[in-house]
Amino acid sequence: MTRPRLVTGARLRYDEVREEHQLLVPEGVVRLNATAAEVLELCDGERSLDEIVGALSARYDGSDLRDDVHGLVAGLSQKGLVVDDAG
Amino acid sequence: MTPARPSTLIAELSYQCPLHCPYCSNPLDIGGGKYRSELETDHWIRTFSQARALGVLQLALTGGEPMLRRDLVELCAGARDAGLYSSLITAGTLFTRERAEALKSAGLDHVQISIQSPNAEENDRIAGNKSFEKKLAAARLVKELGFPLTINCVLHRQNLDRIEEVLDLALDLGAQRLELANTQYYGWAVANQEALMPSRDQLRRGEEAVQRFRERVGPKVDVLWVLPDYYEELPKPCMGGWGRTAMVVAPNGDVWPCQAAATLPGLEFANVREHPLEWIWSESDAFARFRGTDWMQEPCRTCPIGHQEVDFGGCRCQALRLTGDAAATDPVCRFSAHHDRIVSARESAQTDEFVYRTMKRPVRT
Repeated sequence: MTRPRLVTGARLRYDEVREEHQLLVPEGVVRLNATAAEVLELCDGERSLDEIVGALSARYDGSDLRDDVHGLVAGLSQKGLVVDDAG
Repeated sequence: MTPARPSTLIAELSYQCPLHCPYCSNPLDIGGGKYRSELETDHWIRTFSQARALGVLQLALTGGEPMLRRDLVELCAGARDAGLYSSLITAGTLFTRERAEALKSAGLDHVQISIQSPNAEENDRIAGNKSFEKKLAAARLVKELGFPLTINCVLHRQNLDRIEEVLDLALDLGAQRLELANTQYYGWAVANQEALMPSRDQLRRGEEAVQRFRERVGPKVDVLWVLPDYYEELPKPCMGGWGRTAMVVAPNGDVWPCQAAATLPGLEFANVREHPLEWIWSESDAFARFRGTDWMQEPCRTCPIGHQEVDFGGCRCQALRLTGDAAATDPVCRFSAHHDRIVSARESAQTDEFVYRTMKRPVRT
């Protein structure tokens, strides 16, 4: 996974009714915590995984978020919700 | 007690359909006067925004054939404005480039196309309509316009042996999801049970083919495979539990807890022309009747394996049909006193003749 993006048709949003971040996909929903939503916002098929980690670490005073970001992206990629735009 | 928020609204826009599938989930009395007076555009759009306020996330635009609604583009725009994720559930035969592009611009999110078989001739025989080539063209157009594509194939004894071809076709078409829906026996499928019920061997081979495909292809195609009720020993939580996750709006505006709920005697269904959706969900008779666990009888009431809130007693329509009591335990359950009726139905397949779905004549079961 080098340049992750959301699978075709996936929509990221904050739901005012349920007060939660969501990834809406065909006939399904993944409920997200705020950090996961921030990671997915950066999964645009342009940034590399390292750039995503870098951008978030900068936001959070240099904390090491590498494992968290890799874990989240790998999990969603196994479900087919995040795909690689590198190839 | 305030009920949980629903997540899905199934909008049956019209029961008109060019296909005649013998397992259609629509009621048998679609030809009667009851559903002829379809909701107006603004009824639907108001219903969509009420659904979103209630917490609904997913909207299924279905039918019949939803493409037969002339205002479909407007309805999609209404769904987008309401903030719903919209799926068009279509046979694909009327999915022309001009309309498809208009639907895309109006914010339709996802398209699901049904095929009746991966073999053209067999597809057209099951559908009762020459439609296979149009379906393939529609699926290609869905991809070309950048929609996510789901292929749906309802499985039964007359097409299950082609499951490898179904899987390969979905892969070739670039489907992101493949729904392999083993026939559920309500609606028209009841009239055709003997022509549709698969054998245990067919199901076993089907399941193995799905497993091999998943290992070979990975998450690129999400394959949904659900064993039919009749080969289970424990029931499924029908609709995710009665009045718990989903609501169905019929073409005339009646709101049901499931597509077959109108077959249950003594339930009063409220209509979106007369009541707000929020009231229908939380207060109306039909939704309250089998919600939760208080209505349960034995053996559910003291479920030996504590599954009351796992399967919610299973399917009410199946309970009624096989036991005569809609409040009985679904006989799919091995603890039901009527489980033998499920077991004997497994061996009943004996014909290839279909009773085709039609709006033209009454059908008896």
